[in-house]
Amino acid sequence: MIKRSFFKSRFLPYFLILPQILITLTFFYWPAFQGLVNSFIRSDAFGGHAKFIWFENFLALFRDPLYLESVFITLVFSLCTAFLAISSGLFLASMANRALRAKAVIRTFLIWPYAVAPAISGILWLFLLHPSFGLVSIFINKWFGANWNPVLNGRDAMVMVVLASAWKQISYNFVFFIAGMQAIPKSLIEAAAIDGASPFRRFWRITLPLLSPTMFFLSVMNIIYSFFETFGVIHTVTQGGPGGATNILVYKVYQDGFVGLDLGSSSAQSVVLMSLIILITVLQFRYVEKKVQYTG
Amino acid sequence: MVEKTPILDFVTYLLLIMGIAIVGFPIIYAIMASTLPLEEVSKVPMPVKFGDQFLVNMSSAWERGDLGTQLFNSLVMATGITVGKISVSLLGAFSIVYFDYRFRKIAFVSVFCTLMLPVEVRILPTYEMAANVFGPLQPLWDFLYLDSILSWIVQNDIEVDLNWNLLDSYTGLILPLVASATCTFLFRQFFLTIPEELCEAAKIDGASPMMFFRKVLLPLSKTNIAALVVIEFVYGWNQYLWPLLITTDPKMKTAVIGLQNLIPQADDIPEWNVALAAALIVMLPPILVVLSMQRWFVKGLVDIDK
Repeated sequence: MIKRSFFKSRFLPYFLILPQILITLTFFYWPAFQGLVNSFIRSDAFGGHAKFIWFENFLALFRDPLYLESVFITLVFSLCTAFLAISSGLFLASMANRALRAKAVIRTFLIWPYAVAPAISGILWLFLLHPSFGLVSIFINKWFGANWNPVLNGRDAMVMVVLASAWKQISYNFVFFIAGMQAIPKSLIEAAAIDGASPFRRFWRITLPLLSPTMFFLSVMNIIYSFFETFGVIHTVTQGGPGGATNILVYKVYQDGFVGLDLGSSSAQSVVLMSLIILITVLQFRYVEKKVQYTG
Repeated sequence: MVEKTPILDFVTYLLLIMGIAIVGFPIIYAIMASTLPLEEVSKVPMPVKFGDQFLVNMSSAWERGDLGTQLFNSLVMATGITVGKISVSLLGAFSIVYFDYRFRKIAFVSVFCTLMLPVEVRILPTYEMAANVFGPLQPLWDFLYLDSILSWIVQNDIEVDLNWNLLDSYTGLILPLVASATCTFLFRQFFLTIPEELCEAAKIDGASPMMFFRKVLLPLSKTNIAALVVIEFVYGWNQYLWPLLITTDPKMKTAVIGLQNLIPQADDIPEWNVALAAALIVMLPPILVVLSMQRWFVKGLVDIDK
């Protein structure tokens, strides 16, 4: 799309877009292309003597039980994180939307965790859930009689990184749900109330269905968040451990590529992640377009 | 609301207060820990109270974490990314929306394609790129025998080794993260809603394109820019993977990365009071930015991502 009235100039428009194009080429297209090439190549540890091996890196990857385990762990981790963050955000937003007093204060108190880095969120929760000092872990031991130890027990470690990742993301979801709820016409709610629908029924039958675009959008964003941005949580808190129990895909790419220096496998893993994210993006845009058509 | 529901209202506020308390609890607990001396923090369980060692812990965190240097690095990185992203995408969007030229469509599509590709999925090659930005040009240079051509021109033997290394530099921290389609896309959408008459009027008055950009577009974009400042500052400050990869020099580490060294490991003295004091210092700047510009931030976040 372009304006009906536009400027004419021979060099200026190229000059204006040049910085963006240069940076995009240098740091997006060339690395992406390079990664794709590397994923089809086996090179020895010293970087010399590269050999083109078609899909062998990918085949090896999908035969590797460690990789498959990491895929499974990532799925569990991101679904739990997204579910926890979205449902808490929705719950708080629906409560805040009902509140008539102290609106600004309530919002302020629920928005600030947005600014906390995932890595710092990890540190805070590591302290709360620390097997020997953590306040919460002491209560867990007392109430559930469980032997809570996220440092040694894989399941406990997973719970810890899920909590740390979801906590930080609640505010983001809260902001979107609040905005979505305010976009719902008051007349709909009032009409339902006159017909005798209780507040709960109105929430289930009107607010929630009308929020479904927001819900879809947030699901996508939360999955992407928990796939990639949670790297900081994993790196500060568990380093993928104990025993690989929290070794999510993005952490494995880093481990294999930078620590293990396995170029081929790491590139193949990057390509898999890239395809995944492109797929998600395409799906999202498809859906958004549909939504636009429905509304007119 | 629509009807009077005193009990439900009471429950609403009660649940809200509980929600706020649960969301805020990790921070409050961290603040408590950062005010206690070591003997009390390492008690099991830690007493739930505020102590008087806040400044002591802060200063030892400041020294041990070299927070002065690291906070400065974070500030440079976050500011650089914010300013860079916003200016690059303002100009880019202006070019795409207000000019007609042959490669306009291609330019837009190629930028737009990068919308969702985070740095995390292409870490190794981007790292190689940062290690030598001119790397991809070297084969081309060699292929064209530019060495010999150059040698012939100056009548001297010359061998050119193209090398521009971004590791351990501010440019390296900032530049690869400046490429962002999200901001360009937002400004494009916004420019498209600006009435055509403004541009026509400016042309009739004989304003040059850049004059129109400065006097009309920039003032109109103020709200959007403010929102993006908050979002990109937080994004830049909280970066983790990229600074972790390209900084090896401790003097170039950013604050969020540096925190990891302060976390007590299994055999260390459990100085959680110091570690948490440092964490509180590091998280403060982005929180202040978000809270002080809350109004624009909320509007911007919802506009941008949809």
